[in-house]
Amino acid sequence: MAETLQNLYLGFATALTPMNFFYAFMGCLIGTLVGVLPGVGPLAGISLLLPTTFGLNPTSALILLAGIYYGAMYGGSTTSILMRIPGEAASVMTCIDGYALAQKGRAGPALAISAIGSYIAGTLSVIGLMFMAPTLAKFALGFGPPEYFSLLILGLLVLGYMTGGSMIKNLAMIVLGLLLGMIGIDHFTGYFRFSYGIVALGDGIGVVPVAVGLFGIAEILATAGQPVRPEVLKPRLKDLIPSRQEFKDSIAPIGRGTVLGFLIGIIPGSAHIISTFISYAVERRVSKHPERFGKGAIEGVAGPESANNAASCGALVPMLALGVPTGPIPAVLLAALMVHGINPGPLLIKDSPIIFWGLIASMYVGNLILLLLNLPLVGLFVNFLRIPYKILYPTILMLCIVGVYAVNTSLVDVGIMAIMGLLGYILRKFDFETAPIVLGVVLAQTIEMSLRQALAMSAGSYVIFVQRPISIIFLSGALVMVILAIIPLIRKGMDWRDRLAKG
Amino acid sequence: MTIDRVSGIALLILSLFIAWEDRKLPLGTHSVPGPGYLPLILASFLALLAIILIIRGRSSLPLRSLSWVEGRHATAIFVCCLLATFFLESLGYRITIFLILVFLFGVMERLKWWLTLSLSFGLSFGSFWLFDNLLKVILPRGGLGF
Repeated sequence: MAETLQNLYLGFATALTPMNFFYAFMGCLIGTLVGVLPGVGPLAGISLLLPTTFGLNPTSALILLAGIYYGAMYGGSTTSILMRIPGEAASVMTCIDGYALAQKGRAGPALAISAIGSYIAGTLSVIGLMFMAPTLAKFALGFGPPEYFSLLILGLLVLGYMTGGSMIKNLAMIVLGLLLGMIGIDHFTGYFRFSYGIVALGDGIGVVPVAVGLFGIAEILATAGQPVRPEVLKPRLKDLIPSRQEFKDSIAPIGRGTVLGFLIGIIPGSAHIISTFISYAVERRVSKHPERFGKGAIEGVAGPESANNAASCGALVPMLALGVPTGPIPAVLLAALMVHGINPGPLLIKDSPIIFWGLIASMYVGNLILLLLNLPLVGLFVNFLRIPYKILYPTILMLCIVGVYAVNTSLVDVGIMAIMGLLGYILRKFDFETAPIVLGVVLAQTIEMSLRQALAMSAGSYVIFVQRPISIIFLSGALVMVILAIIPLIRKGMDWRDRLAKG
Repeated sequence: MTIDRVSGIALLILSLFIAWEDRKLPLGTHSVPGPGYLPLILASFLALLAIILIIRGRSSLPLRSLSWVEGRHATAIFVCCLLATFFLESLGYRITIFLILVFLFGVMERLKWWLTLSLSFGLSFGSFWLFDNLLKVILPRGGLGF
């Protein structure tokens, strides 16, 4: 405990330097904008701003990028409540009761409860991250290549199962991502793989063009020609303060949402989205008046909004402790660390305490900034929603091009972004999730290295993966995932994820 | 034909192509896997998933149910991305982006010409100033110095 407090002091000393405070503020501001504007998700936002962090030290860069991440979670609720359009996927559940409240003239309290819930959840889950990540990292120090390989297999299977939709399709996307990650020089032998004489592909396909293409460009391709978006409701900001009853009704959902969100956030997959679904279902189940849900129940805003903020923090636990991202956004954050020469993994917290504890402290500060930023300035952010989409999308396209080009000053990256954009657009049409591709690209090198090292250790025997206790535990978990995925294929009827989504 | 079956066939063709290309790489042995080892395993797994998708794809939505109302816009935007890929360095960032924006604002969205020109100029030159001058991200200037 004393050691944690000492480290936290070190973190605050880092986070509260004028420059780092400025970057936390900018991250929160940009993140809120990214969350507010439909079409620019947190993933595309982080990817686009990655090149601008190259001149910064790794701590400042991570503080800025993480600020965008959790800032977007705050901002996403604004469009959900005022337009019934989720600014990002995790705000889908907020649309239901948030918009109903706005129609009743209670948009102000809905926005306020959403911001307060997000603040409480964000702050409490940082405490969880602070205690859980170092413990997990110490445990992971004993991992060898077989354990890492089994852990990654488990992680990818959980991702395939939890992402939603068909597991077969999700697994296919993971494999596609891993195969894309194989492009470039083989680090063991120096062979060029699948690069067809293009020298720029020697270093492999970067995560930024893939992420921006699949999420930024594909979104523009899919939405630019769609009919005009609905009008923005005008919130009555003078009524921003929730009533005493609304406060009372929100306290327990915020608490439950925080715990649920943080725990689910640690699991790979679309954790922050699933956590909001579960939180909404739980609130409806425990409510004495479930009939109010869908017609403007403040609990339907408080629970899911708290859950998605807590989940975004929970997702950082495996990323920081194990170097294993659980979703595309932590994957890009991980790539950002690698760009700055930091090797993610169990040694990160031990070897680079300033980065870890600086990030933790900046998240306490960032959550406070977001609360202060979101409540009084919500009117300002709403004005951005009034920009017509026909002006917005060419601007986003321009930012995508400049952001991707700037990473390596490479036109090949711009071409990859374009191809990934087209691929993402077609895959969405054919009902495929594209997030697993990003994770596959990021993890391909690690998974291949672990496999080849493990096989070298065992003189080519795959038995090594079931000889070591930790590896057995991970592989058993992976087997459970496979069984869970097979059951609905054999037994007719919806599995729990579909029931949850329909509910 | 259903969307799952079409996707399954596409994935199967892709996996076969990868396996075919993989023959150029040494596979190595189980104890010393070569650069072609894991790609071949992955291609085989992808082929298996594709076959399952084809077999189970009977009940998915028919291909003709897909709506392509945004197809014209999507094609135009994709072509703009390709143009950026080919001309960003030769024409320079500002001119390339200016032309792309003029096309999207003026031709695709039919904004008034003065709004098209002012938005395109402001965004292309403004973003260059922001990224290149202020954030020190080097952007291409092209043969004309723009």
